[in-house]
Amino acid sequence: MLDRPSLATLTLTVNGTGHQVAARPFASLADTLREGLGLTGTKIGCDAGDCGACTVLIDGEQACACLVSTAQAEGRAVTTIEAAHPLVDRLRAAFLAHGAAQCGICTPGMIMAATDLLSRNAAPTKQDIEDGIGGVLCRCTGYVKIIEAIQDVARGANAFAPVAEAGCAVGTRIARADGLPKVQGTDRFGADFAPADALWLRAVRSPHAKARFTLGDLDAFRAAHPGLEAILAAKDIPGENSFGIFPTIKDQPVLAPGFVRYRGEAVLALVGTREAVEGVRDADLPIQWVIDTPLIGVEAGLAPGAPPLHPNIPDNVLTRGYLECGDVAEGHLLGAATAEGRFRTGFVEHAYIEPEAGYAVRIGDRVEVTACTQAAVMDQEEVARVVGVPMAQVRIVPTACGGGFGGKLDVSVQPLIAAAAWLLKRPVRIVYSRTESMASTTKRHPSKIHARMSADAEGRFTAYEMTGDFNTGAYASWGPTVANRVPVHATGPYKVPHVLNKTRAVHTNEVPAGAFRGFGVPQAAIAGETLIDDLAESLNIDRWAIRRINAIDHGDATPTGQILHASAGLPQCLDAVKADYDAMVAAADAHNAKGGRIVRGVGVACMWYGCGNTSMSNPSRMRITLTRDGRLTFLNGAVDIGQGSSTVLLQIAADALGLPTTQFDFVVGDTDRTYDAGKTSASRQTFVSGNASKLAGMDLRAKILALANAGPQAKLKLDGATLSVIDGDASRTIDLAALVADDQGIVLAGEGQYDPPTTVLDAKGQGIPYATYGFAAQVAEVEIDRLLGTIRVKRIVAAHDVGRAINPTLTEGQIHGGIAQGLGLALMEEYLPGRTENLHDYLIPTAGDMPEIAIHLIEDTEPEGPFGAKGVGEPALVATAPAILGAIRHAVGVRMTEVPVLPHKLWEAMQAKGMQAKEAAE
Amino acid sequence: MRYFRPTTLAEALEIRASHDVTVLAGGTDVYPVRTARRAWGDPTHKDVLDISAVPGLKGITEETDRWRLGALTTWTELARAELPALFDGYAQAACDVGGVQVQNLGTLAGNIVTASPAGDGIPNLMALDAQVELVSRAGTRTLPYAAFATGYRQTALKADEIVTAILVPKLDGARSTFLKLGARKYLVISIAMVSVVVATDAAGRISTARIAVGACSAVAQRLGTLEAELVGVPLEEASSVVTAAHLGDLQPIDDVRATAAYRLAAAEALVRDALSDLAATDARRAA
Repeated sequence: MLDRPSLATLTLTVNGTGHQVAARPFASLADTLREGLGLTGTKIGCDAGDCGACTVLIDGEQACACLVSTAQAEGRAVTTIEAAHPLVDRLRAAFLAHGAAQCGICTPGMIMAATDLLSRNAAPTKQDIEDGIGGVLCRCTGYVKIIEAIQDVARGANAFAPVAEAGCAVGTRIARADGLPKVQGTDRFGADFAPADALWLRAVRSPHAKARFTLGDLDAFRAAHPGLEAILAAKDIPGENSFGIFPTIKDQPVLAPGFVRYRGEAVLALVGTREAVEGVRDADLPIQWVIDTPLIGVEAGLAPGAPPLHPNIPDNVLTRGYLECGDVAEGHLLGAATAEGRFRTGFVEHAYIEPEAGYAVRIGDRVEVTACTQAAVMDQEEVARVVGVPMAQVRIVPTACGGGFGGKLDVSVQPLIAAAAWLLKRPVRIVYSRTESMASTTKRHPSKIHARMSADAEGRFTAYEMTGDFNTGAYASWGPTVANRVPVHATGPYKVPHVLNKTRAVHTNEVPAGAFRGFGVPQAAIAGETLIDDLAESLNIDRWAIRRINAIDHGDATPTGQILHASAGLPQCLDAVKADYDAMVAAADAHNAKGGRIVRGVGVACMWYGCGNTSMSNPSRMRITLTRDGRLTFLNGAVDIGQGSSTVLLQIAADALGLPTTQFDFVVGDTDRTYDAGKTSASRQTFVSGNASKLAGMDLRAKILALANAGPQAKLKLDGATLSVIDGDASRTIDLAALVADDQGIVLAGEGQYDPPTTVLDAKGQGIPYATYGFAAQVAEVEIDRLLGTIRVKRIVAAHDVGRAINPTLTEGQIHGGIAQGLGLALMEEYLPGRTENLHDYLIPTAGDMPEIAIHLIEDTEPEGPFGAKGVGEPALVATAPAILGAIRHAVGVRMTEVPVLPHKLWEAMQAKGMQAKEAAE
Repeated sequence: MRYFRPTTLAEALEIRASHDVTVLAGGTDVYPVRTARRAWGDPTHKDVLDISAVPGLKGITEETDRWRLGALTTWTELARAELPALFDGYAQAACDVGGVQVQNLGTLAGNIVTASPAGDGIPNLMALDAQVELVSRAGTRTLPYAAFATGYRQTALKADEIVTAILVPKLDGARSTFLKLGARKYLVISIAMVSVVVATDAAGRISTARIAVGACSAVAQRLGTLEAELVGVPLEEASSVVTAAHLGDLQPIDDVRATAAYRLAAAEALVRDALSDLAATDARRAA
């Protein structure tokens, strides 16, 4: 056909079946598959060919379905993740068994890319596999288990994950409880479903970082645009036009009230048909802008006379964090050497492959929001506030979450769609574009840190002092959390008697910085670990040895005065990496002694991380029910963002109860059906919700045993409505159908609640901020091209004290993914508003950028933790960047104090060092 | 917005001449540009002329004294084609563009029409002394690639023309290589890149050298002075001839990916590396 009308009936052959579909010929194939045919297994992560999430096969070859017009796909064979295909089936099984799908948003694209590869090359090398999947980005796994899964399929192995017997789930590598739909492409993420009659909402966002605006006649504009149902502005928000993480700091408007504080802030919400809201040109809207000069960077925010972003914060300092122990001046005097440095890091984007999406429906006087999130109950609070109804009138139903890493803790789409659905009494859906997601949602705080550290002649640390300014952007978000968590952790996991740590969270006209895996601790670790390498050099002590001398141990006090009574496994972590460290250093030195352009280096770094919220109550409550017909349901309010909490908590609950995990149904996160388990953040779900899950399992078990009058060693067996309690002569069976049931048919239920024991920190930051800490030591080996400044991380050896690995596959997955993000932080990632707001210019590691990773799981049991476990999500990331920086320094003698170390940055530093050496020689 | 999908070249040329259209082939540039505009509230788009159904624009054929690469030939088709060593560099570039799912779509002509300073194919076409075949209703003309590329994302393509082929003259005994530098392995925009074509005489001395550097100026550039100096030099000594002065005409910029000073130094290193790689390949083949 020569000239196609705007909407045509096109014929697509998908997975062997012909479909007639009404679509615009220029609409991307990805869009038509999803919106036209309902084949939502094909995901859209960037809509620009940068992420590969939409990879399908076209005539047997992998292609980004977002780059192909629907017209071009006519007459060709399109294969998607929904295909019935033996090779796809084997890949699905292998991905599931290996834990290669975490959040699952990249999984369909990854499996299709692997299908293309293996159908062309039955015996691929690791390099071939990396080339084959190199165009699909994954933010969770570090690609390690994905590559292993593909290798397995290529070998012809039949991968399967073990199934745990009753009571044996903890410590077993069972497959993710929510994994099957992820590898089948049937898991439902925020953009994957909505009522058929849902209107679409598109936010009109400010292209200016600081500006005032006035609105013209919106009603006339709407009337002139058929299909537009409403144009919402600040005045239309039914409740409070504000949200924010802290109950006392609701500083961010849903829709800007006449002025904007950062580029990307929502100004208007267009609601109507998809065609109508997408068809409006923002420049045509009646918005009159008066642009002002923004404050960019903390220096601008702190400058005398800088205009305050918020009237109640005249100096733009949102929060100050403080920790003092001993006398730091005295501590420095006790040192034989003192190191000092100034460090900078930039904004870092979470780059989850799923942009924010969801829908809202008003049902009577209630509003239900179905969207991706990390914090269902916080969303419920925010939505209630914005809609102007009590919390009980808001239901949050989390969808599968395609990655979070802290970025989906704050509300994004929820207040917009909830307000619109409330006002219009129609379902309203939204899907953020990649750029909208990057420009408008939170980032890792840029940091500017000045630190000094001293050690005595034997290498024992005597003092640590730091001041850190964290750019929290236009709104508070998690700025106070970062400012408070950093002083506690900045000293590192070491015995240091004299400490003074001071932080500030500073407002600027930049994108809000919030929570991102580590809450400021990764930035602080770069400073601290670099100074330790300085001291090692000054004192001529090996870098591993100086860390081992000072490693905090059982019975030692932290800088907050907390005694670590148990589960303080850093010495074991360091000991575990010692042999590798020694061998790697020796090999690098031998290699470098030969001279040449490619040099090697090895670095080591340690970390610690408190699990749970800092000195705050952060309880979790879990429930397990058993119905009269034998349905066992785990009602779990902890949102799984891909890290695997639904599986880990199930393993814990199952063992506490004594029935196998396979007998449970589960409900996750739905605020109408589950209790508040708190946020999926702060590495707290395994530890905090794990304890609640264990208590719930024990509670139900106790009720069953009491019913049977059986002893604590009794075994349980559930077979339909018959529950057998096996306890030797005392064995008996319970007929569940005969028990008294509530209105939902529930005959027995167990509940558990847990809140980690902490104390508030006093004015000097003294107290017990966390119930337990994760520890790690990582060794990195790099290879550097001295002429080009390019850095290749060859190998990372990571030892992590996790207390107890509830599911070692998932634990390893967290560590792999954390290392990938740490590598990105060190070498390539920086978000620059207006410049790197897509996945084309903002670089995250690809399959070809990952090192070989060896993991030592150290299990120094945490008596307070469920089955001895504690968190690992954030600890995975923290040590990687400083270990890489140490390796760079070992290789080329350059001490990098800013990340990312892009090739030109390292080259310039090497040039400067060469000049200095030359001048010194002259 | 209209969407044209002609099935003959004549129809395509007719539409091209009579409408202000965006020409769509592999889509790997058209769709990202559309997405970027929409992200900040500009959903407008020119009418689209999809030339992917026009026959005769695909594939690589050998002619008497040149190779003809059809405009719609994809990167993957280039990489898989059986071609002489003259094309090694271009074929390497084909494997360095995006990921496989982009290589399977993106076309050779699309790369030069987009004319990004960082277009991976472009330095190769300069080093290959390639010509661009342009067709309009008025007829066919060919331009040397250097004349086709007129500036930053600008070409000599007229509003009524379509690129139909890239023409590469044969060069006996020639081989080539391509080096790309980026901040990660896959899906990366070049910081600097170099393509080198050499031919040697029976004694192993360079008889022809063509060297082009990309991403270091608005349009990729040949290093004419260096090329002239390399003639008569044994290939294994070629890399030692290269000096910073040979790259003096490049005008790299500072941007988020690198600084100008770094780009120059990197390009110099890559030129040496490319020459060394070619010598090493020769040595391997001889062994």
